[in-house]
Amino acid sequence: MENRFFVSSSPHITDRESIPRIMYSVTLSLVPAAIGAIYFFGQRALWVMLIGMVSAVLTEAVLEKLLKKPITISDGSAMLTGLLLAFNVPAEVPWWIPMIGSVFAISIGKVVFGGLGYNPMNPALLGRAFLLASWPTHMTIFKTIPRGGTLSGIDIITSATPLNVFRQAKTAIATNANLITDTNDIVPPGEVLSQLSDAYSNLFFGRIGGCIGETSVLLLLLGALFLIYKRYISLKIPLSYIGTVALLSWIFGGTEGLFSGDPIFHVLAGGLILGAFYMATDMVTSPVTYKGRIIFGVGCGVITVLIRLVGGYPEGVSYSILLMNLTVPLIDRYSKPKVFGEVKKK
Amino acid sequence: MFRRLSFKGGVHPPGKKELAEKKAIEKMPVPPYIIIPVQQHIGAPGTPCVEPGQRVLTGQKVCDAKGFVSVPAHSSVTGVVKSIEPRPHPLGGNILSIIIETEGEEELVPEIKLNENYFDLSVSEMKKKILEAGIAGMGGAAFPTHVKLSPPPPKKIDILILNGAECEPYLTSDARVMIEHGDEVLAGMRILMKILDCKQGYIAIEKNKPEAIKTLRKLIKQQGDSISVIGLHVKYPQGAEKQLIKAVTDRKVPAGGLPMDVGCLVQNTGTARAIYEAVAMNKPLYERVVSVTGKGIREPANVLTRIGTPMANLFEFCGGLTDDAAKVINGGPMMGIAQADLEAPITKGTSGIVVLNRKDASMPESKPCIRCARCVDSCPMNLMPNILAQLVEHQKYEEAAENNILDCIECGCCSYVCPSKIRHVHLFKYGKLKVNKMRKEAA
Repeated sequence: MENRFFVSSSPHITDRESIPRIMYSVTLSLVPAAIGAIYFFGQRALWVMLIGMVSAVLTEAVLEKLLKKPITISDGSAMLTGLLLAFNVPAEVPWWIPMIGSVFAISIGKVVFGGLGYNPMNPALLGRAFLLASWPTHMTIFKTIPRGGTLSGIDIITSATPLNVFRQAKTAIATNANLITDTNDIVPPGEVLSQLSDAYSNLFFGRIGGCIGETSVLLLLLGALFLIYKRYISLKIPLSYIGTVALLSWIFGGTEGLFSGDPIFHVLAGGLILGAFYMATDMVTSPVTYKGRIIFGVGCGVITVLIRLVGGYPEGVSYSILLMNLTVPLIDRYSKPKVFGEVKKK
Repeated sequence: MFRRLSFKGGVHPPGKKELAEKKAIEKMPVPPYIIIPVQQHIGAPGTPCVEPGQRVLTGQKVCDAKGFVSVPAHSSVTGVVKSIEPRPHPLGGNILSIIIETEGEEELVPEIKLNENYFDLSVSEMKKKILEAGIAGMGGAAFPTHVKLSPPPPKKIDILILNGAECEPYLTSDARVMIEHGDEVLAGMRILMKILDCKQGYIAIEKNKPEAIKTLRKLIKQQGDSISVIGLHVKYPQGAEKQLIKAVTDRKVPAGGLPMDVGCLVQNTGTARAIYEAVAMNKPLYERVVSVTGKGIREPANVLTRIGTPMANLFEFCGGLTDDAAKVINGGPMMGIAQADLEAPITKGTSGIVVLNRKDASMPESKPCIRCARCVDSCPMNLMPNILAQLVEHQKYEEAAENNILDCIECGCCSYVCPSKIRHVHLFKYGKLKVNKMRKEAA
């Protein structure tokens, strides 16, 4: 009789949250954007996502089996990594691109560090960075025209993504050159820029070219709302990130001096929404303190704008997050909250 | 203008008060024997002052206080001292205890009688009666009350707060005492305010106890008191002393400091009632109201029981345990202590016994931390439980001390919200022990 009671330290109850619950919820929140990807880019997008997810899960299972560790694929995090990786590649990549990306993301991005919770960088973004460095042509050439739109979101230049067009136009202005449209018409770059600014609705709904999961702001925000409601992401990172990008691109992004940029375009274009709400908020690789999350978001924003406006790539979201991931231990250390009733040291 | 009566952090566990909140206090018959541990309070253990074989009356002192931070203990039955030996204690381990077998008709010590003019007693007489009655905080920690009432000279208490927050899930005893004995709670409060010479008095109650709030407000209106009842935002650990003071007065107790450093004193509502009984009736603290609740109990109830009653007898009075009773907790489920032996007695600080069934008691296995920061967000002391847990796990106690592990109040919010089910509090209790030991050795 006496020994039939459990004895343990307090507390004796816990809430129902668990790692699988969080991971599957985040995956669920990406479903609208995934359906959008299939709608805009066709069946190929579905295959890319399936290959990404299956390879990620298989990689984790095989590696853990080889390392004689408990198999953790049921926690849903490998599947989520695979899906996020697939979101970050164009629709027309060969089938082995998402596969290699997922294998790299899970093996080098996660398992070598000890598995979930120990990885210093976002595995999906690391996979993407690896792909981008190894097969840049596959990763940067966008050919599938989204249903109901054009790659750039505008009519005169359709062969590039909005951020690419933006970059070309800026370079053209700097060198006093003109842009050549698809029909071989010569247009002044200023006109192209103003057309981009008129294309907000294409950007918002996702009728533009890009990686399969990053284009539709609307569908991504829909999922993000669910995550915020469930308190799986805190608004501090996305808001400080997006706010910084908006502010800096407004100040420095224009062609007619300071404060002539188009912040709305910069927020809606490229992978910022996907990055800010789903990648930068990755729990394992973002700061745990209040202040830290804001510092992290601002840092991501600064680097993103730097890359977009000055750097060598049209888009800087993934690199900015990866770089900031590495600063997280430092940020956490220097942004410790003040203990309740802390007495000032004399 | 309207400050939200709350604090930063905290969690919202399901209240589970419905099991017992409507159950009126029932008086339990005297058990066949009682166990009085010499230590039921924080401070020095007392010294037994009776011999085996000696006959004792209900309310008779059986254990002397030893030093200032200590309280005496009294027999809660009329009977014969059977033995004085170590017995299981609800806070763990075996502690020297006085075992008394009940015998014959109950007979109270003759001093216990109502003094109508008790309020005219001098402050020092009142304090003496409180000490003599063996009163220690009845909310759980059981700190000797007379010590709290004697702040060292430069400190002045100007705000008295009665803690009726009862923020632990399941527990309902404080609420029942306020509803059924509100007048005595208020009388005790007036005694406290006279002793402290303090003008501001608040009774702080979480808003999920509207009946208690209503009852006390009505009594205060009838009796024309200047005391106010404050309805607090419902959030755990609203009843933790520092968080309560912050919510009620917006004053912040300094880290490592005491409520008196900001001119506040907090007493549990049940303690206030015991103070009234001690001062007005000379009644020592030998019985108290205990919630016996949880899905593992057949008939959850609020029971007026003798201190020293073995838990097993209390369960019998409440219809017994269910077949799937799996965990017995002395106190609430967030901070209470799991019991291995049902022979352990009810003590002065036992506000409730919660028995969880198999389903509620199941504890999932711990997984690696995913740095979700839910613990950091929920910590009412602004600590970083994720970091502290790692430091203790790696035996880096000095660093844990630098990260303020000693400020942890062990409220359990971090473990409660952890999706990886990491047992932070378990680690912190161990870490604090180690740090304190190291400090002692260094000194």
